[in-house]
Amino acid sequence: MKRRDSIKNIALTSIGFSVFLESCYNVSREKITRSLTRYEYGRTKEEKLYDDKLFDQKFFSNDELLSLDKICNLILPPNEYGSIRDAEVVQLIEFMAKDIPAYQEPLKNGLKWIDKESQIRFEKLFIDLSEENQKEIFDEIAYYDPNKNISDYSEEIQWFNLVRNLTMTGYFTSDVGIKELGYKGNTPNVWDGVPQDVLDQYGLSYEKEWIDKCIDQSKRDDVAVWDQDGNLIT
Amino acid sequence: MEIKENPKEYDVIIVGSGAGGGMATKILSEAGLSIALVEAGPYYDPANPEQMTQMKWPYESPRRGGSTTRPFGDFDQAYGGWDIEGEPYSQVGDTDFRWFRSRMLGGRTNHWGRISLRFGPNDFKKKSIDGLGEDWPISYDDIKPYYDKVDKLIGVFGTNENLPNDPDGFFLPPPKPRLHELFYTKAARKSNVKVIPSRLSVLTKRINKDRGVCFYCNQCARSCMAYADFSSGSVLIFPAQKSGGQIDMYVNSMVRTVTTNSEGKATGVSFINKEDEKEYKLNGKVVVLAASACSSARILLNSKSKQHPNGLGNSSDLVGKYLHDSTGGDMMAFIPELIDRKTYNEDGVGGMHVYSPWWLDNKNLDFARGYHIEVWGGLGAPSYGTGFNVNSFNKFFGLNKAGGYGNVLRSDMKKYYGSTIGLSGRGESIAQKTNYCEIDPKKVDKFGVPVLRFNYKWTENEIKQAKHMQDTFEEVIHNMNAIPMWNKPGKESNYGINKPGLIIHEVGTTRMGNDPKNSVVNQYEQLHDVPNVFVVDAGPFVSQADKNPTWTIMALAWRSSEYIIDQLKKQNI
Repeated sequence: MKRRDSIKNIALTSIGFSVFLESCYNVSREKITRSLTRYEYGRTKEEKLYDDKLFDQKFFSNDELLSLDKICNLILPPNEYGSIRDAEVVQLIEFMAKDIPAYQEPLKNGLKWIDKESQIRFEKLFIDLSEENQKEIFDEIAYYDPNKNISDYSEEIQWFNLVRNLTMTGYFTSDVGIKELGYKGNTPNVWDGVPQDVLDQYGLSYEKEWIDKCIDQSKRDDVAVWDQDGNLIT
Repeated sequence: MEIKENPKEYDVIIVGSGAGGGMATKILSEAGLSIALVEAGPYYDPANPEQMTQMKWPYESPRRGGSTTRPFGDFDQAYGGWDIEGEPYSQVGDTDFRWFRSRMLGGRTNHWGRISLRFGPNDFKKKSIDGLGEDWPISYDDIKPYYDKVDKLIGVFGTNENLPNDPDGFFLPPPKPRLHELFYTKAARKSNVKVIPSRLSVLTKRINKDRGVCFYCNQCARSCMAYADFSSGSVLIFPAQKSGGQIDMYVNSMVRTVTTNSEGKATGVSFINKEDEKEYKLNGKVVVLAASACSSARILLNSKSKQHPNGLGNSSDLVGKYLHDSTGGDMMAFIPELIDRKTYNEDGVGGMHVYSPWWLDNKNLDFARGYHIEVWGGLGAPSYGTGFNVNSFNKFFGLNKAGGYGNVLRSDMKKYYGSTIGLSGRGESIAQKTNYCEIDPKKVDKFGVPVLRFNYKWTENEIKQAKHMQDTFEEVIHNMNAIPMWNKPGKESNYGINKPGLIIHEVGTTRMGNDPKNSVVNQYEQLHDVPNVFVVDAGPFVSQADKNPTWTIMALAWRSSEYIIDQLKKQNI
């Protein structure tokens, strides 16, 4: 498929996703098309078709998406690095709910529960509560004992854990989250060992006998030649 | 059914383009032979931008590198997995053998761990040592010249250590250890576990002008665009084409059978073109199967004829028998000393920089055969799943509270990042006649080809070995002042031994030997029953060794290819 056709195709078949983007964040159709065509990372034809099929479906209602946006923002509030919106966390949750259908029921049930709980306590939907009241509800379901099995807890606590997990993974696999985490790789470089200050911090050092056998990075471009006993001579 | 036949007669038809098929393609084409290379998956080149996953960020995938479409995450370069739609396999009784297939040019070499270990002298003669299994019909001296040639052609880093059963070779210098690898080395030595630089087919140094040098992105599993790691396509097949080899490539072509004539000699192969789902036939003087141990066994067993009523090459009734995978046991630990660590680029090569070869003598142990230890950890790239249960490690500080929300999650995330280490034992199992794959008489795949059915049980030897792995991990983790992340698996779970097939080292289904009653191929991987059919994947392995199979697959395939050239010259086949 030609690139232009593929853009058209994705734009046509991804209405659900577009509606979501427009309704939540009021972005232009041009930006939507751009964001839909960025997933060019070496998928096979079959994988692309499968992903497009998922993009074509809409799982959460717009109200649910707005609730998720609020919940995820409270789980991980914006800071100087970025926000869950920059990290497109809610879009990821929408996608993963379709990609891993086992998420669907718990995710929807949790959203229903939190609105019901808000009605009982404060006679409003969750989204309309003050932040203070929202956090009051969170405090009931946000904690667990890590020595126990999470599946032994109530559905609400399990749901909150799932949303927290998706929020965290969504943020820390995003551009802004990776920067905040401090992951420095995925870039061409020449590895030449652990920095000296880090070795010092842990009281470690490289043994001479070991390090003498390691690559001399100044000779990495010299073509390898051995003597007949397997000793490298270049 | 109409069968479309290509009238051309090839010198050699090679089925499968992984380690064995790639090596056969290179050696046979360079001898001037005309080759048909038949691959069940699509064409693949790691340097093709449309197929490339290397250097992508997690957010470039809508599932952030999750594993819904590919079992090792959607940047991993294996098209397939343990389960492929429309291509099932079945099990006998409560067997749960897991069969990993990668359908693409280069096969599983595009994503493998690049751990490139020679078998040692003892590994070919284990029956003579401990009375179990069977000796190979060849010795280390027979294969050594080919290991040497493979080292020089492909490139492998490592060090000459003068160890008795982990032979030296022609190595490129290894990279320096990472921080967690220094922790491991110190802790392992306290328990007298030997640690040496690992041996991986990654170019830390230039080997020729056609391939690049490693730029340390840690992504060998995505196959290298600079051809700085070993993949069959980039290192064997493309260079063979470039140097003028007469190679016709048939991709998306699933071989169904080896065809034979009235004298029982092979005439070629029949295959299904996945694009039009029609059946085709290719003619060749010699057929070389390299479809992977189980796939090649399946093709042979499905190639029944009047002359070969039990399947091709199966007069011994041993095709599919003696299937064995490496044993596997794993443990992860949390290193409190590494919390809140300084971050820096610690990617390194796509795999460990240090490892432990088998260091003990089984004479003093209650099980046969050894295992090596692989090490993993460090400041890795985030991917789907990163940040799950972000502060569950609180329990290691005696806290009974985790979870929460707000900025504390950010600091917990950074606090625990890079603070874990993983240890994996990969060991030798003993080939059993009762562990096998066979044709399921009741089931066909979506192409109408009868599928495999597995029967596999670990024996006491493997289970005791898995226990020993866990005991070792426990000791080393303790030495590191680290805390195991889950309970030590006990007897009820067979000490955490992996399901067979999960280590993806399945071998032995067309085993090698001098006696046609007791083996399927001879020492040149030639079927005893049909002299113009060879098997150059891991099927001919008599025993597995505590090493990864790829280097031995290629050394043997090279040796067998030279034999094929010689036999064609002498008009013996």
